[in-house]
This record gives sequence, structure tokens and C-alpha cells, in this order.
Amino acid sequence: MKRWLIWAPLAVFGALFAVVAAGLMRPADTAVHSTLVDKPLPSFELEPMVPGKSGLASTDFGRGTPHLLNVFASWCIPCIAEAPQLMRLKARGIPIDAIAIHDKGPAVVAFLRRNGDPYDRIGDDSRSRVQLSLGSSGVPETFLIDGRGRIVRQYIGDIRADQVDQIVRDVAAAR
Amino acid sequence: MIAEGGLAALWFAATLAGLQLLLGVLALRHRHAAGEQAMAAIGPVAIVQGALVAIAMGALIAVFLATDLSVALVAENSHSAKPWIYKFAGAWGNHEGSMLLWVTILGAGGALVAWKERALDRPTHVATLAAQGAIALGFYGFLLFASNPFARLNPAPIEGQGLNPLLQDPGLAFHPPTLYAGYVGLSVAFSFAVGALVTGQVGPAFARAMRPWVLGAWVLLTIGITAGSYWAYYELGWGGWWFWDPVENASLMPWLAATALLHSVNVLAARDGLRAWTVMLAVVAFSMSMIGTFLVRSGILTSVHAFAVDPRRGAFILALLALYIGGALALFGARIGQVRAGRSFTFVSREGGLVVNNLLLSVILGIVLIGTLYPLIAAGFGVRLSVGPPFFHAAAGPIALVLVAVMAVGPMLRWRRDQAEAVLIRMLWPMVAAAGSFALVLTLSGGMGVLPLLGLSFGVGLIVASVLPMTQRNWRRTPLPIWGMVVAHAGIGVSLIGMACDSAFTAERLVALYPGQATIVGPWRVELNRIYPNVGPNWSALEARLTATRDGVGTVLRPQQRFFTDPPTTTSESAIATGWDGQLYTVLGQQDAATGRWQLRLWWKPFVTLIWFGGILVALGGALALVGRWWKAWQQRRREALWG
Repeated sequence: MKRWLIWAPLAVFGALFAVVAAGLMRPADTAVHSTLVDKPLPSFELEPMVPGKSGLASTDFGRGTPHLLNVFASWCIPCIAEAPQLMRLKARGIPIDAIAIHDKGPAVVAFLRRNGDPYDRIGDDSRSRVQLSLGSSGVPETFLIDGRGRIVRQYIGDIRADQVDQIVRDVAAAR
Repeated sequence: MIAEGGLAALWFAATLAGLQLLLGVLALRHRHAAGEQAMAAIGPVAIVQGALVAIAMGALIAVFLATDLSVALVAENSHSAKPWIYKFAGAWGNHEGSMLLWVTILGAGGALVAWKERALDRPTHVATLAAQGAIALGFYGFLLFASNPFARLNPAPIEGQGLNPLLQDPGLAFHPPTLYAGYVGLSVAFSFAVGALVTGQVGPAFARAMRPWVLGAWVLLTIGITAGSYWAYYELGWGGWWFWDPVENASLMPWLAATALLHSVNVLAARDGLRAWTVMLAVVAFSMSMIGTFLVRSGILTSVHAFAVDPRRGAFILALLALYIGGALALFGARIGQVRAGRSFTFVSREGGLVVNNLLLSVILGIVLIGTLYPLIAAGFGVRLSVGPPFFHAAAGPIALVLVAVMAVGPMLRWRRDQAEAVLIRMLWPMVAAAGSFALVLTLSGGMGVLPLLGLSFGVGLIVASVLPMTQRNWRRTPLPIWGMVVAHAGIGVSLIGMACDSAFTAERLVALYPGQATIVGPWRVELNRIYPNVGPNWSALEARLTATRDGVGTVLRPQQRFFTDPPTTTSESAIATGWDGQLYTVLGQQDAATGRWQLRLWWKPFVTLIWFGGILVALGGALALVGRWWKAWQQRRREALWG
């Protein structure tokens, strides 16, 4: 057998190792690029979810300032986990609107009383229609809509504490 | 206390694994009294290590059965209202538990090698046990430092978060342990190869010692993959049976390598050929198992199987991989030059056929590996993509067909050297059968894809070619391993026919019906009778009653939309009616809010069951060969005992 051939498997493994190690070192990109990213928000109009807060329509977006659009539900455990992060984002001046899916008014009121209320508007999407049209498949998910009403980013799963600064930067970039 | 006992057992087992490695090095370095003592001690140490890690696994199962919510792992993955079988199997339905199961089976494998393995020469046996200890040590370290399954949670929650409903299936009790046992069988082959590289003893005796382990591992992998495929098929409700998911590929790659190894180890045992290649394959087969484990556990690739996305864990496993695989391959480079070349043969011969088989399997393995890792490589260049079935079908399909042709010819070849013309004559009937079915299917169904059409006719040809030699043999005098080969090869043909029929003849209907309405799919008339609620121990459901009629005979099917509360998830429970010539697969969808009609998704899949039936035949063939080898060895020992 040729001398170099004996070492070929080790060389192949070395290359494999390099690729995988590089993949591992790169910070995980939790923003999943939905096919709707860079597309205008689909048009929708939702009834108010809780008393004293208006419903949500696609025309509420695209008026110059970027908004976060949070898809949540009162029965969703990870939504409780991300609530403090949303409050922090709100405190840093980022407007947040929400779509509550498969939910009831009193349950949402109780949820907001317990976990804080970062939302300007909450739309009632009891059958997940709008959620699906946004390309969201679960809760919680958060979309970043820029000042022109286009979807810039989609964050899947609960927003963790270490994501807050990145999201603030993303919002600034979407201005 | 049970959890702390389990943790203590794990620490002791890790210490003994380290001792096992140390004793092995000592025994091989010092040939005199100290070496003798180390050699005598290493076996019992391996056995006790296996017992200790089994105790740790037992402790984890105990805390899961008791739903001890003060253990973090239980609180995160279990729930008191779960049926006991899922509490039991739920012990490994999560990252930490499945890693513990992995090392438990590894420990059991090491103990078995220490206790039962007598065919190896002593130095190689000791080196094997030392290598086994080294592998175990790394994974103990991973468990104890990066994935402690026994960590406590204070204060304990009043209820657990529940197990992913997709995993709440009897398949969970069966599929992971089988696959892991297969991986671990390959770890023994890996340790044998490392041991043989250290001592330089690569020959027929080494191959005969390794063969039952490879065969056993291969049978278990075959069963595990077949069962996993059927599980995904009925549980996910998409009507597909293989998704080229990274984790499915992770189980397929060791299987491909093990299949190649299984064939080359026979050449080494019978003809003393392919020495370096066999050692290489033994290293590659287990390396693929470890890479598979890494891909699943690091969460580096998105997959339905990834429980824990944690780059630190990924880095830990990657370091272990570098150590073990890199170490073994470096050892291979340094030592294989000292292994004498085996005996030679001409190209047209049984050995030649097996070499071609090995090369083709390796190419398919390479394709699957590249397809699985390509998204990762592309991400390095800033491109996001996923590699799906079209790539795998186009790249691996044609090579797999060539492989099937070689499989048909191979068993008809003679050892050492053969005549090409004579082989062609022996292949006459299989070729006639393949051509016949090709023409028949082509005329009966005009618009069929090229790949399914070829798959169908090659499958028929392979079955004929596999069974044909048996007509000229005395069945009673045919050794069991030959029977095993025939059954396994025919099983591949059967499976191939199933795959071809499924992809070519499946009829699919997506309809919205009011109760009382009916639709037609394939030869079936399916009527939606009514929708009603149903409840189980930890779920509630909307269930549809469907009456499916075919040729005047009716069957009732009850597909469900199932709602689990912990965690809140909806799953589609498909209902399947199995006939001799295929399956009717039904899934209940959402109700249309505007009209009140119910969505139904129906598939008629002719001969789809052949896919898994073929898989069972393949595993059965392996089991027959294994039993045959044991039987022969047992008879030989008895003869030796009688005649001294």
C-alpha cells in the first residue's frame, strides 16, 4: 500500500474536524429566516383581546418606527420565561405589539397581571389564522417589522436574556 | 438517596474505567510479574465497571418511575400522569438519560468481552479491554462534568413538564436501546481493531473473534433502523418512511460501514485477505457511531431528534471524537505498515466481488456524510440551505442499484478466481426475472419514474439470484450462515420492491368532508361516519370514525387529533389499515371554521409494508448467521472436551 494512502483517513478526519469545530464555534443563529423575511407584512385585522387595549391590524405597522410583533398565549410556559426580557426591551423604548393565539380575554388579563404587560396592542387570533400567514408555527415567536412595514427578522422560541442586546441592535439597524 | 447512589455508582464506574486503561498499559509494558498481575486484574475490573454503571442506570429508571421531581431531569422531562411505560422509557427520552444508557450498554459490552471472549490471544484481549476502558472514561467524564443526570432541583416543583408527546409511544422503549446496543457492538469491534494494531496480530483468528460482535451489532442496528423508520412513519403522520433527517443519517452511516465490515471480516476470516481494509472499517464503523452521537447531542444540525442545544456539550464530545477517532487513525497510520499483506486474489472472484461491494458501500457512506454535513459547510460560507431527499435520491440511488447488482452476482462467484463467462451463465435466470418484471411493470403502468422502475426490477432480480443457489444445495447440509446470507440478501430485494412501489404507486387524497360523506382513494371508498371526543391517561382527543370499504368488505379506522396538556401539544394519531397488498393510511386534520367540514388526508400505499418486512428479513438473516457461528463453535468445544 502507498505510504500516503495510509494517512489519508486521518487527513480526511482532520478536515471533517475543522469544519465541525468551526461550525461549533460560530454563535448559534437563533433567527430563523422564514420565507417571509424581507417581504411586507401580510394584511390582517384582529379584534381586541383585552378590554382597554386596541386590536391589531397590519396597517398599524410601517409608520416610520420599527416594531416587535410578539406571538404569545397565556397557556404557554416559555412565554412566561420570556416575559422579563420583553419588559426590558419595552423599557429600552422599543414598541411591542402582540398576537394572542388560541386564547380567552380573562386568561390573558390574568397573564399580563402576573408577568407584566409590555404590549401596546393585542390582537385576538383565536384560530391561528394570522399566525400561520406570518409563517409562525408555534409560541412564542417574535417578528421584527421595520419602519416600512417589512418583516426583517423572525426569532423563534422564547427570547433569552443574552439575546436582548442583539435585538436592540437589530431594531436600531431596522430604523 | 437513590439519585445520590446512582451518582456515586457513576463516579466509581468512571474510576474503574480509568483503572482498566492503566492496567492495560501496565500489562503490555511489563511482561513479567507486574504485567501478569495487571493482565489478571483487568477482566474483573471491566466486569465490575459494567455492573456499577448498570446500577447507575437502574437508579435513574427508579427516580423516573417514582417521578421524583426533586431530580432536575425528572422535573424537566416527566410528569406524574404519564403511563408507567413512558416513565420507564422516559429515562432515556432526554439528553442526559440517553447518554447514560449509551455508557451503560458500553459497560455491559466491555464486561461481556472480559467475561466471554476467549478467541483472542491474551495481549490483544488486554489491549482491547484497555481501549474499551479509554472510550468509557471519556463518556463518563462527559456525563459527570457536562451532563449530570442526577442533578437535584431545589425547591422541587409540584409537577413535571412532561415528555414530548411524539416520544410517548412504545417505540421509545425499544428503538434507542436497540440502536445503542448496535453502536456499542461496533465499539467492541473498534477496540479489537485498536488492540490488534497495538499488538500487530491481524489475521483470521482476530477476524473470527471480531465477527460475532460485528454481526450482533449489525443485526441490532438493522432492527433499530427498521423499527425507527416504521415509528416515524405512523407517528409523524406525513406518510413518509425515511426523511433523510441528520439523525436518521447518523444511524444509517454506521450501518453502511458495519455492512461493509461484515463482508470484509468474512474475507479475512476465511481467506486471510483484506487485512488493513478490515481494520480500517472497524475503526470507521464506530467512528460513524460517535459522529452520529455528536451530531445529535451537540445540536449542531437542526433535527427532530436534537434534545439539547448546548455548544459546550458539543465541544466536549468533539474533543472526545478528536481523541478517539484521531488517535485510532494515527495508530492505524503508524502501525499498519507492520501488518503483513494478506493473500491476493484476481478481480473476478468472491473476494473481488466483496471488494467492489465494500467500495460501493463506502461511496454511499461518503455521499450520506457529505449530504448530512453540507449545510454546515455551506453555513461556513454564509449560505443557508438544507439538503433534502432529491440530493440523496439522485446521488445515492444509482450507486445503490449497482450495489444491488453486485449483491446478486457476488454469492455466485468462487473464491480466489472465477471465469466471467461462467458467471454470466449462472446469472441468466435472475437477469431474465429482472428484465421480465421491468417489461411487465412498464406495460402495466406507463408513467413510472426511472429509479422506482429500476428498483422494482433489480429487487426481483436480487431475490431470484439470492434464492436460486439454494435449489442446487442439500438444504439439511447447508450451514446456517449460508441460509442467513440468502435470507438477508433476499430481504434487501423485498425492501427495495416495497420502496419502489411506495414511491411509484402511492395514491394521495386531501379532502374536506361533512360527516356522512365519502371519498375514493385507490381501491378504497372511505366514509366519514362521525367525529366524537375521546380521552386517555394524559390526553384528550377528537376522534373520527371512518368506514373504509373495498370489494364489499368494510374496515373501521379511528384517526385522532390528540391534545396533550403537559407540554401543551397537538399530535395527529394516524390510523392504518393493513392488507396483504398495502396499507390505507388516514390522518384527521383541522375542522374548517367557515363550513364545518373536516379535513382528511388519505393515502393508499401498495406494498409499503414490504419495506419493513424486508428489513426484518435482513435482521433475521444476520441472526441466523450469528446463531450458526455460535452453534459451530459450541459443537467444536464439545468435541474438544470429549476427545481432549
